[in-house]
Amino acid sequence: MAEERINADQVQHVAGLAKLEFTPNELETFTGQLEKIIGMFEELSKVDTTDVPATMRLSDDTLREATLREDKAVKSDDQLRRALLNNAPETANGLIKVPTIIDESGDGE
Amino acid sequence: MNYFDQDLTSLHADLVAKKISAVALAKATFENLREIDPKLGAFLNLNEEAALKRAAEIDAKGINPDNIMAGIPVAVKDNIVTKGLTTTAASKMLEHFVPVYDATVVEKMAANDAVIIGKNNMDEFAMGGSTENSAFKVTRNPWDVSRVPGGSSGGSAVAVASGQVPVAFGSDTGGSIRQPSSFNGVVGMKPTYGRVSRWGLIAFASSLDQIGPMTRTVKDNAAALNMIAGYDQHDGTSSKREVPDFTAGLDGNIKGMKIGLPKEYMDEGIDPKVREVINNAVKKFEELGATVEEVSLPNSRYGVSAYYIIASSEASSNLQRFDGIRYGFRADDVKNLEDVYVRSRSEGFGDEVKRRIMLGTFSLSAGYYDAYFHKAGQVRTMIINDFNKVFEDYDMIMGPVAPTPAFKIGDEISDPITMYMNDVLTIPVNLAGLPGMSVPAGFADGLPVGLQLIGKAFDESTLYKAGYAFEQATDVHKQTPKVGGAN
Repeated sequence: MAEERINADQVQHVAGLAKLEFTPNELETFTGQLEKIIGMFEELSKVDTTDVPATMRLSDDTLREATLREDKAVKSDDQLRRALLNNAPETANGLIKVPTIIDESGDGE
Repeated sequence: MNYFDQDLTSLHADLVAKKISAVALAKATFENLREIDPKLGAFLNLNEEAALKRAAEIDAKGINPDNIMAGIPVAVKDNIVTKGLTTTAASKMLEHFVPVYDATVVEKMAANDAVIIGKNNMDEFAMGGSTENSAFKVTRNPWDVSRVPGGSSGGSAVAVASGQVPVAFGSDTGGSIRQPSSFNGVVGMKPTYGRVSRWGLIAFASSLDQIGPMTRTVKDNAAALNMIAGYDQHDGTSSKREVPDFTAGLDGNIKGMKIGLPKEYMDEGIDPKVREVINNAVKKFEELGATVEEVSLPNSRYGVSAYYIIASSEASSNLQRFDGIRYGFRADDVKNLEDVYVRSRSEGFGDEVKRRIMLGTFSLSAGYYDAYFHKAGQVRTMIINDFNKVFEDYDMIMGPVAPTPAFKIGDEISDPITMYMNDVLTIPVNLAGLPGMSVPAGFADGLPVGLQLIGKAFDESTLYKAGYAFEQATDVHKQTPKVGGAN
């Protein structure tokens, strides 16, 4: 194998960006798997894409014109508000509750 | 009631003639489902009370003789949101999630008096090709219960193949309707990107996802797509093009049709028994008066890599919304906000979802964006150009759906790359946004093999026309599986 494509430190870094954490065992498994998958991706480097534009979204010709709807507020009722709050893990006084944002132990980032 | 002997046309005639009521049909559907489904696991959640109530309302106002979907029991993949009915995307993250609105396709089902029976099992967030990534249950292939149903719309395919419902709706990002349709011997359509609204489809990869129908026959499939297709102001990528009647032109006549068979779709990577079924299908098309010629899609071989970069990148962005705050799973004993995010996501997502988020985050991250994400977008353009070139001279493309028939449960789940390669023949269609359909074509060692028909953008009609002619010229669709079919 050529140069290392991704190592455990990089996987740890990407996990941080993605708001995920792994146990040491998981980290080892994921690093191995990602290494292989990214290795597969490298076949793309063989393709000559000089001057080829990238496709990031598909657009039917009718889609080139704006298909945005009018940005108009729609009044929702109390029943909808309750249904939405029912899906929240924690609520208080009709609001969504979250834990303290600043870590009180004082060693926070 | 099982749905092996009656198609939608015949069920509709019985409903109109009042030989059976919508309530009786729904009750019989649940009765059969309770007997069959414990062996298969196609459903995650049933909608029994609401379905019976809805059926009674439909009976009370009368079956509209011009609406073939009126009173018809249908099933919906569990990544399509249903108001008031738990929708999990087969993820622990959404185990208790109750949507507050209906997806546009679900609104259309309601407006057309279709009766939603329940929600189908799938790979978590539609990531996978075997339904083994469900957080909740195993789904089994009714042709051989030791095998996978395919995925990610595995539950939907099984629900139709085992005769539990005549119609199910799945979603297809890289093959998730067509591959399980092939593995279960049903008809599955991935419509053109933009043909069907994605509003209310839990987003996986927004430039690739499409909802489509799975049925036992081609005509039923066309009728089901008629119901859900069309522009929607809630989905800015849905097309304003006029939607034709997809059941028109199903006359069995395909004389003079020009079909391309990509050589890359018939190479040594494809199981010889699958190739044999496809070669026989080619002969059948020729007997019917079509011309089939070898063509080339030279960049399709890079499709898997381009797809797993693009789809994972889009997924990593789409799945950021799962943060343990507004809805979904929240981890216990969290100390601060960062903890809520990290622990809820780490405990709420399964391994495959985490792998995709990691791949996507990596591909988009500083220093790697050009080599991976941008490069994949360029290769995507080349794949689109390959299709355009073939379609200058041909009406349609055909080939296999998947390299093999259904594999054993447990065989591939530990090896992501092997699993990803199952999508090699379906992925290019999503990257190009084209319509693709799987039609039952034959069997390999008793397991169904699907024929893939690929059309020009917004030309689902040609696929239905060709699929119908082929179906009527064979008896493959009349075969029934071991579980449910009792043969």
